[in-house]
Amino acid sequence: MEFLFEPLQYEFFRHGLWAALMVGALCGVVGVYIVLRGMSYIGHGLSHAAFGGAVVGYVLNINFYLGAGLWGFLAAILIGQVSKRKKIKEDAAIGIITTASFAIGVALISRVRKFTLSFEAALFGNILGITSSDLVVISVVTCMISVLLFLLYKQLLFTTFDKDAARIFGIKTELVEILFSLILAAAIIVSMNIIGVTMIAAAIVIPAVTARMLTDRFSHMMIGSTLIGSGTAVTGMYLSYYFNAASGATIVLFAASVFCLAMFYNYVRRLVLLHEHAHQHGVVQHLHEHPHATGHEHPHGEGIKDGVSTAQVSEGTMEKPSVK
Amino acid sequence: MDAVMVEFSGVSSGYEGRPVFERLNLEIPQGQFVGFVGPTGCGKTTLLKTILGAIDPLSGIVRIMGHSIRKIPPGTIGYVPQLETVDWNFPVTVEEVVIMGLYNRMGLLPWPSKKEKARVHSLMNELGIDDCAHHHIRNISGGQQQRTFLARALVGDPKLLVLDEPTAGIDIKTQHDVLHLLGELNKNGVTIVLTTHDLNAVAAHLPFVVCFNKGIVAAGPPHRIFNAEVLKKTYGADVIVIEHGDHLLMSHGTPLSLRRD
Repeated sequence: MEFLFEPLQYEFFRHGLWAALMVGALCGVVGVYIVLRGMSYIGHGLSHAAFGGAVVGYVLNINFYLGAGLWGFLAAILIGQVSKRKKIKEDAAIGIITTASFAIGVALISRVRKFTLSFEAALFGNILGITSSDLVVISVVTCMISVLLFLLYKQLLFTTFDKDAARIFGIKTELVEILFSLILAAAIIVSMNIIGVTMIAAAIVIPAVTARMLTDRFSHMMIGSTLIGSGTAVTGMYLSYYFNAASGATIVLFAASVFCLAMFYNYVRRLVLLHEHAHQHGVVQHLHEHPHATGHEHPHGEGIKDGVSTAQVSEGTMEKPSVK
Repeated sequence: MDAVMVEFSGVSSGYEGRPVFERLNLEIPQGQFVGFVGPTGCGKTTLLKTILGAIDPLSGIVRIMGHSIRKIPPGTIGYVPQLETVDWNFPVTVEEVVIMGLYNRMGLLPWPSKKEKARVHSLMNELGIDDCAHHHIRNISGGQQQRTFLARALVGDPKLLVLDEPTAGIDIKTQHDVLHLLGELNKNGVTIVLTTHDLNAVAAHLPFVVCFNKGIVAAGPPHRIFNAEVLKKTYGADVIVIEHGDHLLMSHGTPLSLRRD
């Protein structure tokens, strides 16, 4: 157990570990909605937009979190509005708005070169430079987002599954979308300094996709993604300490390895649990995979000849169609 | 006089300012079981979306039970979408989908109360899908999928049930079962409005039909309005109507030997 406790003697590691745990869980839980909405690119885009906001905030002498948060939230709302027009899809809206915001940040940095270094943390992540005040902000935001997601669980689930139907069933989908944009922007802002703008998309997407491969239930996916997000973040921190590698990159690489393991597990599970069946539809025999579902029962084994899959139409047994 | 469930007064509706149908006047009485038929792009789905409040009319007034769509109590309308529009890879089970129908009346907690859960399972049992409650929605048969979304629509005890093409993509036996089930629900007082392309199923199961093509072409019981003239006007193509005892059969007017499709 020494390897677990040894790094904890350093304050920077304790701070970093605590931050990684919260941010990992936060990215994991928010990532579920992102992945299921097919918006995987938004984490990448919004973090870039927020970076632009952080730089503008710095120039205007506004707090980092306030500047980046406000800018990120506005960008999220703007993406939603632009993509409502049928001619512009959401991925194109994300590409335009967030990259333009990032460009503003880069342009300002190039004009005022004195603060270039302080934004390296935001770009590449600096988990080992987390201060006590950063921890307070992360804790407060994590608690607020957790409460909001708990209270909005039903509305977010229905809106994510089928927005039109949710609206017809009385869910205030417009309000839900605005609140989700706020949650997303807040999650990205607090994660930015830790994971880094360049890595944040992976931190959001990987736990959710991994959990999706392991379950077909939404609630289980939420719990799984949160646990995978926090677990990979904490393990990644230890690995970065012992291998003396950049913490953000190590967390993401470890998460990607867990994803690969889940893929392998999924593949093996399919082979073991999903029987290969021979099916007979009328006179056509063929072989394919499917799970056993109620109402889809049929005798097994027919159509397998010497272990070789068959797909054949028995000649002369099919009734000829008659035209009367 | 029957109370009116759905009332359109001079309603024009469409997308991005372009009307799909214009100045439509329509009254559907409470307790009616009505099917809208017509060719693809004739405005059936736009009509349903306007009834449901999913799109705002460009002009005119839509009333449900005498109230504006925005002022009716939640749960008044139950909706069953086209199965083709459902995301079958979304991680939800049959039970989770049915519970969604109660979301607008549940408390702050994400899970249903014991009473709500009992209601969900009682309905699922009635519809014959309780056995697959914990199955993923992709892993059940087409008929069970249709019943799952029907259960979601019914769990809130709606006064009006709206179904978008409930007979599409399911086999003839399941079609019969679904329409028979809807007939039973209608007998229990639920007003039902649906769209379909299946004229034969409509003729066999529905008491009232509206032939629609950017407006009402004809409306009435199938035996009265399903004739070659009305169907030609509706579809712009020849349709043969055959009466066989109590059954009406509609067929493509072009002989097999001349068809290119």
